[in-house]
Amino acid sequence: MFRLRIGRGMPAWALIAVLLVVALTAAACGTDDDDADDDAGPEDFTGQTLTVITHDSFFISEETIAAFETEFGVSVELLPTGDAVEALNRAILTKNNPEGDLLFGVDNVSFVRALEEDLFIEYESSALEGVDERWIFDESGRITPVDYGYVLFNYHKAALDEAGLAPPARLEDLTGAEWKGRVAVEDPNTSSPGQQLMLATIDYFGEDGWLDWWRDMRENDLIVASGWEGAYYVEFSQYGGEAWLVNSYATSPSAEVIFAETELDESPTANLLIDGASYLQVEGVGILRNADNIGLAKEFVDFMLSRRFQEDIPLNMFVYPVLNGAALPQAFDDFADVPQTVAQIDPARVAEKLEDWLDEWTDVVVR
Amino acid sequence: MSGRSVSVRRGGRLGGSWAARALLLLPLTFLGLFFVYPLFEIFRESFASDGFSLAPFGDILGDDFFLGRIWFTLWQAVASTLLTLALGLPSAYIFARYDFPAKTLIRALTTVPFVMPTIVVAFGFVALVGANGILPLNLTSSIWIILLAHTFFNYTVVVRTVSALWAHVDPKTEEAARLLGAGPLQVFWCVTLPQIRPAILAAASLVFLFSFTSFGVVLILGGPQFATVEVTIYNLTARLFRLELAAALSLIQLAVTFGVMLFYARFQERSAVPLNFQPRAAGARRPRGRREGLLILSNFLVVLAIVLAPLLALVERSFSGSDGYTLAHYSGLETNTGGRVFFVSLSGAMKNSLWFAGATMLVAVPLGTIIAFALARARGRLRTLADALFMLPLGASAITLAFGILIALDSPPLNLRASWVVLVIAHSLIAYPFVVRSVLAVVRGIDAELREAATMLGASSLRVFRYIDLPIASRAILVGATFAFAISLGEFGASLLLTRPEYSTIPVAIFRYLGQAGAERLGAALAMSSVLMVVSMAGFLIIERFRYRDVGEF
Repeated sequence: MFRLRIGRGMPAWALIAVLLVVALTAAACGTDDDDADDDAGPEDFTGQTLTVITHDSFFISEETIAAFETEFGVSVELLPTGDAVEALNRAILTKNNPEGDLLFGVDNVSFVRALEEDLFIEYESSALEGVDERWIFDESGRITPVDYGYVLFNYHKAALDEAGLAPPARLEDLTGAEWKGRVAVEDPNTSSPGQQLMLATIDYFGEDGWLDWWRDMRENDLIVASGWEGAYYVEFSQYGGEAWLVNSYATSPSAEVIFAETELDESPTANLLIDGASYLQVEGVGILRNADNIGLAKEFVDFMLSRRFQEDIPLNMFVYPVLNGAALPQAFDDFADVPQTVAQIDPARVAEKLEDWLDEWTDVVVR
Repeated sequence: MSGRSVSVRRGGRLGGSWAARALLLLPLTFLGLFFVYPLFEIFRESFASDGFSLAPFGDILGDDFFLGRIWFTLWQAVASTLLTLALGLPSAYIFARYDFPAKTLIRALTTVPFVMPTIVVAFGFVALVGANGILPLNLTSSIWIILLAHTFFNYTVVVRTVSALWAHVDPKTEEAARLLGAGPLQVFWCVTLPQIRPAILAAASLVFLFSFTSFGVVLILGGPQFATVEVTIYNLTARLFRLELAAALSLIQLAVTFGVMLFYARFQERSAVPLNFQPRAAGARRPRGRREGLLILSNFLVVLAIVLAPLLALVERSFSGSDGYTLAHYSGLETNTGGRVFFVSLSGAMKNSLWFAGATMLVAVPLGTIIAFALARARGRLRTLADALFMLPLGASAITLAFGILIALDSPPLNLRASWVVLVIAHSLIAYPFVVRSVLAVVRGIDAELREAATMLGASSLRVFRYIDLPIASRAILVGATFAFAISLGEFGASLLLTRPEYSTIPVAIFRYLGQAGAERLGAALAMSSVLMVVSMAGFLIIERFRYRDVGEF
């Protein structure tokens, strides 16, 4: 044994042994919570707490949530856990003992993985009758759609006017000299809208041609930020940066008006509508398999498709509600555009190839 | 009188008192439950999901991409450390030796960068040295902006740690050397430097670690071509869900941390010199003459440029609206105008931040002090080993640890992942090494004869500790407490991963504001950052006032 000691009496090995013993005891003692909730119980949910896991971009009015809480006599806890990709991965990590009852933020591409990992139970809400078929992307009935939105380029009107340029009509135009160093995007490795743009270009140019465009963009001094905040608030010329074009959401121009410091008649930014270059994202919610409160979770799914919830979505999350006939705010009609055609990606193909594509993108654009 | 034999070995002994040894169990249990156990769980999940395999290590070490990332992380950390030392040491000297107006205020001001969330710092730097920056210098996407940002964050570590020790160095040793004919450079090299070297190495190792594990700064200011190991681990874990690769990289990062700290600890061992401590006031004096006044002024101009300018740029922007200066961003912080969930009012966030910072201090300071005293008593190889081991939490990837906590602390008796306690734990894990480094640098230099004299006069080990060790170490404990407070206030990575909306701290609230488009949101984020600056400065100033039973002067 070692002769090394701390002071008098505690040998070296004891130090390490104590650490390990404590750790292993804790590991041995901790048991996984086996929650198989019996949801054939009574309809009375009073006093329960429902936990809804969401991504960081989830926002809704307090009143709307309060309405649900009052109706059922429960309390609702909302738990944001990162952006959409991160939230899903975290739910997969903890699926044996999930952090909540529902996961909101699975979309029309990521849902393949969610189903593979068997995260959700089946539930077909009666409210789906009021939702157009094209928004229902999961046929197995485990994910209920809630909202949809578009990712595309925004441009800074004043900057383009000053430079005497018209908004480009095709993605290929962005590789031209007049746009050198004037385009900002996000890194698809670290940003969801960045990833969505990458997928849109794969559809637009095809799997054989998309990297060439990115190569040309890199030569054209493409600005790559790590996240949307960096791209929008740091690189975009609307906020003092160099880029006249930034990859963002179709509703960002509306947000510019709504959150402006003074009242605006016009948005300072606008959407770049290029056929087939916009990315459509449909988001949904699913009930986690090992949740504590499955009955109540089903009620909440119904609630998310109710008119009250759906009409509260636009001004909070800046996306569109899936419910037919849900009213939209004026600022959306005025300043946000719905693209006529969007990129179409096969989700199964994405699940298969995403990592390779990200690698290739990084090779071409960064290294 | 005490009946115990007196040991004449240097450094005395732990005193044969089982109580003192039992105290060591506290930090060991804390680390075992909240550091080792979660890491153990996540590594088990990562490596053993498809049958145990060590292949991921081969994947990492055989891939040029990952090797490149490791290499980049290493050299930028070294460069950052050297730059921070170059700027911090002259300031440490000035703080140690001179008294000048607003000294405490300036020192508190330079600690503020430590607390700032990285996204906000990025705005400040871009406003200064960006494409349309205030200064005629465009450093975006160059390595320099990263190095400068690291210096910005870590300058205070060097200044506080080194000046705390430098202030206690007996000027008479320098005077004696001068009398014997040594030139000023010789005096510094042969007399002063050996005495302050422990603090320099302590500060350098911390700055290296922080730069090595840097995440936000590199991500936002550098862009994708500058990515550290920490960023890569984050991507692999949270986005690509390649847990086995992430775990392998995490372990490599931990190994590098361990290696660096081992090297440092061994080097530290050889450079410790018993010091003849002087009261702080004896060393500090007012500047005499124009040359000294100029020295102080020029030093602070440099400090101003790098450390304060980005902060000032931030504050300036927080007041600017579309029509000139306005207070609108600030007034909007209290009211939930949108009526939406996740709204964190300024007062709510501030309450949370201060609560966690206070709790972190209460946990990290005793933890770190116990460990420091135990390390000071330890000898030889065990000491260097234990020293490096206790520093490991600084080198652990935040996301690896956070994910480990999610699957480890998820059921009774340790069902903590949803409670605020887990945030205090996370903050304390990162904070206590600072307390250790700060206290150890001083305690290790306490002259053994002082303790022996007391023991021979009949003092029990408890009294020796209370009347000799504690007063001498009190200033260093204070420095450690300040760091613990600062770290908790500014902690962002682990907090974001483990927080619940009702526990949002100010950095988390700032992050939420930035998640949406609109000038109002950005203004709110900047306003909250300015408030964070003021709150942390106030906190530092208050802590500075604390003295251990009025013996803070010695």
